[in-house]
Amino acid sequence: MAKRRLVLTFPPKLVEEPITYRLIKDYDLVVNILRAKISPEEEGRLMIELSGEKSALKRGMDYLNRLKVNIQPLARDIRWLEEKCTHCTVCVSLCPTEAIVVDRNSMKISFNKDKCIACGACIPACPYKAIEILF
Amino acid sequence: MAKTIAEINEKIKKGKVAVVTAEEIIDLVEKKGVERAARQIDIVTSATFGPMCSSGAYFNTGHSKPRIKLGGGRTYLNEVPVYTGLAAVDFFLGAAALPDNDPRNRVHPGEFRYGGGHVIEDLVAGKDVKLVASAYGTDCYPRKNLETWINIEDFNEAVLFNPRNAYQNYNVAVNLSNKVIYTYMGILQPRLGNANYCSAGQLSPLFNDPYYKTIGIGTRIFLGGGIGYIAWQGTQHNPNVPRTKKGVPRSGAGTIAVIGDLKKMSPEWLRGTTLRGYGVNLTVGIGLPIPILNEEIVQWTAVRDEEIYAQIIDYSDAYPKGKSDSLAEVNYAQLKSGKVTIQGKGVPTASLSSYAKARKIAGILKNWIKKGEFFLTEPVELLPSVDSGITFKPLRERKIR
Repeated sequence: MAKRRLVLTFPPKLVEEPITYRLIKDYDLVVNILRAKISPEEEGRLMIELSGEKSALKRGMDYLNRLKVNIQPLARDIRWLEEKCTHCTVCVSLCPTEAIVVDRNSMKISFNKDKCIACGACIPACPYKAIEILF
Repeated sequence: MAKTIAEINEKIKKGKVAVVTAEEIIDLVEKKGVERAARQIDIVTSATFGPMCSSGAYFNTGHSKPRIKLGGGRTYLNEVPVYTGLAAVDFFLGAAALPDNDPRNRVHPGEFRYGGGHVIEDLVAGKDVKLVASAYGTDCYPRKNLETWINIEDFNEAVLFNPRNAYQNYNVAVNLSNKVIYTYMGILQPRLGNANYCSAGQLSPLFNDPYYKTIGIGTRIFLGGGIGYIAWQGTQHNPNVPRTKKGVPRSGAGTIAVIGDLKKMSPEWLRGTTLRGYGVNLTVGIGLPIPILNEEIVQWTAVRDEEIYAQIIDYSDAYPKGKSDSLAEVNYAQLKSGKVTIQGKGVPTASLSSYAKARKIAGILKNWIKKGEFFLTEPVELLPSVDSGITFKPLRERKIR
């Protein structure tokens, strides 16, 4: 099983295309939608977790590329601004996936982008605006 | 074998002073014993870095031509109102001040993106801020309006003056209700979803001298990355709370009022702070040197997280109603482990005060002293202790007819 967390951006002409349906039915992928929105310019954005057999995942990605869906890793849309972070740790207990953890010796935060599901729970909690989701 | 502050300063001058942080002293006392530690160590550096609402700064802008009397009028720095009830061109900026047009909590929880604390951070970062003033005009101060960019260097004086900082201990905040609440202790999840605390524990200044035997008016400190002094006891200073056998207060107790030259401070150690649904604030870095004058003092500085207790308070009901009912007592070792047990439930913990930054400040102050750049001062008067009879009274309201 392989897993990828992605942000898909698709142009107006694809807004009515049932992309997730195809990914599930035709490519046998497990699709977990983390966030979705259609902007006023009708550009669609989908924050998504895809998992399945490696070959299925590759074929699914090829399908998305053929449709000219812009694909980028989710990690690029989430930013921990370390220079703004004071390592106070107030965000830590709000993170549901342990993407933000404290080293109990150094009492410093570390942020594991691969575990982040971009739920945004940490964002209003940070007193120093040190975490951003660009979605 | 007692030492004096003058003797310790002589050692600093000669480069022979022995300084350790309030963390390092713990193991040292355990290994060497109280008597040897007191003999060998001259100074223990303590520190804290956390949001401290009762902070602010006063400024003198110099006189414009023609002159304007800001006093009694309205003055803003980056749209944040300052207090002008002083002389013509003096004013005070409070850390919690908000722009007049900030929506506050009209749509709850308010975002509170910018306020007094952020202006202070911008100023120490060397940024230009916008000064806008309106005045009523007098014969000697005829001008009625002023608009200008201003920089920290442009002020004659820029002085950080915080009426209450470095609380000796603080509540642990939880939420027993069924909805999320937004407090000055952070976002609290319903039904004991999380527990927030705010102290550096064993590193925190007043835990290391619990009866204030070395700390008082005139004590020189690390303040916001520069040099500051203790000006007075802080507001709400309350030495008479229950203490452990070793003298450690079990809840909020002593506080300090501090003052120092803002121009020499740094944005790393004065941070504008936002608390969603609550307001704005300033996070302040403070480092306090404790002279090891005798064995009693070294023993106090060796206090460890396991020996320091805090009270768990429900911020959905008990706190807003002004009741001080404690749900339980936990120590800072438990809090720092990431989980405590409250009413039989495992509750994740998090801190508003940065232990990592406090540790860094204690190290910086230690280096300043070792390099002979920082000398201790003899307090003019010690902070009031348990024998002062000082208590922290609630407000008793009286009807106005």
